[in-house]
Amino acid sequence: MAVAVAATLGLVSPGARSQPRQAPAQQPPPQQPSEISTIISGEASAAPRFAVPDFIASSTDAETVALAKTIGQVLWDDLNFERDFALIPRDIYSTIPAAKSFDDVPFDRWRELNADGVIVGTVQKTGTGVRVDVRLFNVRSRQSAFGKEYSGSAANPRLYAHTISDEIHQQQRALRGVARTKLTFASDRDGERMRGTVESRGVKEIYIADYDGENQRRVTTSRSLNITPTWSPDARSIAYTSYQKGAPNIYISNIYQGTRDDLTKDIAQSFLPSWSPDGTRLCFMSTRDGNAELYVVNRDGSNPRRLTNHPGADVSPTWSPSGTQIAFTSDRTGTPQIYLIGADGLGLQKVTSEAYADRPTWSPAPYNEIAFTARTGPGNDIKVIDLATRQLRQLTFGEGTNESPSWSPNGRHLAFMSTRSGKSQVFTMARDGRNLKQVTQGGNNSQPDWSK
Amino acid sequence: MPIRRATQVRTTTASAALLILMALVAAACGGKKPPVARPAPPPPLAAPAAAASRPGPPEPLVEPTVVPPEPVKDDAIASASLDDLNRNSPLKPVFFDLDSSELGAEAQAVLNANTAALKRYATWTVTIEGHCDERGTAEYNLALGERRAIAARAYLVSLGIPADRLRTVSYGKEFPFDPGHDEAAWSKNRRAHFVITVK
Repeated sequence: MAVAVAATLGLVSPGARSQPRQAPAQQPPPQQPSEISTIISGEASAAPRFAVPDFIASSTDAETVALAKTIGQVLWDDLNFERDFALIPRDIYSTIPAAKSFDDVPFDRWRELNADGVIVGTVQKTGTGVRVDVRLFNVRSRQSAFGKEYSGSAANPRLYAHTISDEIHQQQRALRGVARTKLTFASDRDGERMRGTVESRGVKEIYIADYDGENQRRVTTSRSLNITPTWSPDARSIAYTSYQKGAPNIYISNIYQGTRDDLTKDIAQSFLPSWSPDGTRLCFMSTRDGNAELYVVNRDGSNPRRLTNHPGADVSPTWSPSGTQIAFTSDRTGTPQIYLIGADGLGLQKVTSEAYADRPTWSPAPYNEIAFTARTGPGNDIKVIDLATRQLRQLTFGEGTNESPSWSPNGRHLAFMSTRSGKSQVFTMARDGRNLKQVTQGGNNSQPDWSK
Repeated sequence: MPIRRATQVRTTTASAALLILMALVAAACGGKKPPVARPAPPPPLAAPAAAASRPGPPEPLVEPTVVPPEPVKDDAIASASLDDLNRNSPLKPVFFDLDSSELGAEAQAVLNANTAALKRYATWTVTIEGHCDERGTAEYNLALGERRAIAARAYLVSLGIPADRLRTVSYGKEFPFDPGHDEAAWSKNRRAHFVITVK
């Protein structure tokens, strides 16, 4: 049977799939018994096949037509990104007559393409913006498995697509999609030069972008060196290292308020901030006591306390998802390697035995892995170690140098920097190293961090 | 300068003509000559009061030739702007091996010379920048660069340079001096670099 319609959510258990899932608590509430439910599955164990034609413009004006097209296309890309649905390629949709409303969807024709589900949407201009109405139809039963209406500004139509994608992933697959997440990174794309130095030195500013590289925006304007940005857990603030007063300090930009906090209170030589999962504290590296050590400080800059104490350099902290441990880099045995330490400073463990390892990033649950940069030759590659089994896998293989991995919040993707296309650029890839996608283009872009 | 010299003239001669002439000459000279230190012209001889009324021919006034100061290197350094100074700095960078912050014999020789310069120019404050090549990771290189800067600083302090004249900053691999991707470039980029910030 190409399409299975489950009577209840429990019949198609997300846990039966090969990939671990998020907590069942995030599934939608059980449906009324009288309703036919809603989970659309594929044939046997295959991913459900979905079609996403352009949305239906309720009027013929160019703006509405463009909005409808954009939302449909971005939704296709968003759903395709997680690979939990098999998206039927768009170029064969032209053989199928476009629906004019929810009432004339040509289900028979979608069946001919072996579609299990088809997503139909309408876009209507309103006095204040736009209204988007969307349905996910089970092609076999012709029932709506998901339906929702959205209204708001027409300024960023991609956001409607991202929201629909995340909600369909959540409802159909109990999967937390990443379509509304963002990346932050450092970029020299503006070509501005530092002031007050004899050598010509390019500035770097902090940028943000949607997860797919769209909507790139500059966050800092200090015309200085700004590097190593990291998102706060609520994705409303970015902490970063800035040399704007000459020596490196850590600042927090509250990007939706346009304000900035001085985390390290001008105690210079502070680098590499990392937020605790609850957002109340940050860990960072500082040489304020004469050697690179890790410190933990409250979000408001109060109560800084030293976490490590060793003549080796301790660098690159990252918190565990539970907030109880911190992974970091230390060269206390000679070469930089990944270690774990309790957030209380106890329980040191060595994790890697590489030629050189740095920039750990701790995967979210249900995975328990650390991705890091490893020196593999003249350049570096991204590797992942499973903390339970200590099994190691390599995700990049010497194409350019590859550095600074950062997990997506659902643990299914990584952002990283690679020089494989020439300059330093930000890429994303799936957790198995496939589906490589370059998300930045101009200038050098590096040190990405994926919002939570 | 022209004003001061005119004042001198006014106080040392009663001759109005001479006064005007001298003021003109002085103003003309003063307007063209750079304001460098040089010996002041000797005051004209005081004429007897009786002679002052005699409208004799104006005495030709010959200003002694100013001998420009010997272009002593010290003075050039002392008068250069900070940017000029750093463009042609007597403080030379020291270089490191890959992944290392150890000061080899060559680096120590350079630091010995830098120490001598810092003792000679005792007012200078210096920032020691630590830099790394692109092979290390961006993050760890921030620590390695700091360690290189600190190593250079500790060496200078051990030779008697006060620690408060020497600040350190790590730039990791953010500011390579040579943008190339080979050992020739990398070896230039692994350095402790001296920037004079106060002279």
